[in-house]
Amino acid sequence: MPLKETLNNAHSHWMDGSGPEADIVISSRVRVARNLAQLPFPHLLSPQQAGQVIDAVRAAADSAAVREKAGELTVIRMNELTPVDRQILVEKHLISPDLLEDFERKAVVLREDEVLSVMINEEDHLRLQCLLPGLQLNEAWQLVNALDDGLEATLDYAFDEKLGYLTACPTNVGTGMRASVMLHLPGLVLVNQIRGVLAAISKLGLTVRGLYGEGTEAAGNLFQISNQITLGQAEEDIVAGLISVTRQLLGQERAAREALSRERKEQLADRVGRAYGVLKHACIMSSEEAMRLLSDLRLGINLEMIKNIPASLITELIVLTRPAFLVHAAGRELSPVERDVYRAKLIRRKIAAAQQC
Amino acid sequence: MMECERCHQRPAVIFLTEITNGQKRTMRLCEQCAREIQAESFGFLPQIDLHNFLAGLLHNEFNPPASGPAEPPAAGARCEACGLTEAQFARQGLLGCGECYKYFGERLEPVFRRIHGTTCHAGKVPERTGGRVKVVNRIERLKLEMKEAINREEFERAAQLRDSIRELEKELQQEDQAHASERNSE
Ligand SMILES: [Zn+2]
Ligand SMILES: [Zn+2]
Repeated sequence: MPLKETLNNAHSHWMDGSGPEADIVISSRVRVARNLAQLPFPHLLSPQQAGQVIDAVRAAADSAAVREKAGELTVIRMNELTPVDRQILVEKHLISPDLLEDFERKAVVLREDEVLSVMINEEDHLRLQCLLPGLQLNEAWQLVNALDDGLEATLDYAFDEKLGYLTACPTNVGTGMRASVMLHLPGLVLVNQIRGVLAAISKLGLTVRGLYGEGTEAAGNLFQISNQITLGQAEEDIVAGLISVTRQLLGQERAAREALSRERKEQLADRVGRAYGVLKHACIMSSEEAMRLLSDLRLGINLEMIKNIPASLITELIVLTRPAFLVHAAGRELSPVERDVYRAKLIRRKIAAAQQC
Repeated sequence: MMECERCHQRPAVIFLTEITNGQKRTMRLCEQCAREIQAESFGFLPQIDLHNFLAGLLHNEFNPPASGPAEPPAAGARCEACGLTEAQFARQGLLGCGECYKYFGERLEPVFRRIHGTTCHAGKVPERTGGRVKVVNRIERLKLEMKEAINREEFERAAQLRDSIRELEKELQQEDQAHASERNSE
């Protein structure tokens, strides 16, 4: 049963570090919002109507058109899952946290490889998603587009000739598309250029998200960049624009990494080495500390300072050490302290195993 | 001392920042709340209060500032399909159904213009239910191509494109006539 595997396995195709530019671009994601023409948007649905939406999508997902264009899909109502299992789907980025609220009315559609998923009755009736490793926005859009064509063979979408696809939140109207890349930018953070670079990007109709500590660097040095505009641009143009900005950023990040390796060689080696040492030997580790150290270690792997650990393991560890995964792996509830102990143990074990191969 | 915006109890020490269109929005959090948010959504951080932000925009749109002639509230400002009222919409930032766009559309246009710079969709059209939009878009694309062909002095190509455009336009006309006679017979 594919769902069991999804829940037992932290690994997902998007984490395997295989795509282009995978040293900096962790993943590419395309989401599109669709609504059914005959029913109110999810926040106004009665429980029966919510069930109607799920049934309609289930029928469409089983249709020959969808099978042919997107493959075999499984529909799972959220109330068929335990709370921990639901949280795991969030931690693997297959659904958004919004799908956990009022979950009796919601469902998720998954393809076995977890590349394609559909959230049902989130803010819109359908949110189609494709998540791929590395910089593969075009590929992600093509997969979502094909799945969308397959679903539309059966479903009547709310569509307006002038405004395009109609969405619950008017800021998504038009293409209903949100394309994003998740970037690891430790170089730009270390050379202190990150704020300027991100501020410049945000003037281009793109949104940047990151987590900052006051006066310190972003935890994990991870940033998500996505399009803000959904009206007046074709999907292909939105994707092309985001790719070109991402390439610009890749150039700057690589330049920063080069400058650091050239001019701050010892400091960099020291930082990476310390992260490696602590990850390998610590017995208690909070999630912030893990994120910070895993970021440093990933940079060291990318710069070939550390050679016997694959970068994909870092992405996997980041997901594997999230709270719900730890609870799932432990098979019982964990107190915060137990969690930190368990997290450290898991990291030690995984790193040791990688070094033996 | 600044208090945490989430729990309103502990002091805020972490700033969660989102930058859009050069505008920075910051959420001030205590360490514990930041940790919780981070644990919930590693990497893919939630959009900070996008609905509130939008509701703010809509609020301004629907409640023009006191200066200038005060517009009386539009009568019957509710969607007849789902019953959503203008007040509900301005509060939540969410529309109730596809029909709402007909009832609130005009008031939304300035908002679209501000966010997207336009009010017209230029992307995908559904294959089965898209109808004539698909053909119209196709014609627009061919016209552009024809212009480019003429600029490059590829006149043979331009003539081919012109013929395709004429054919599609004829198709549209026939469709419109069919629709019109359908309506007459009703
Ligand atoms: Zn707090
Ligand atoms: Zn409505």
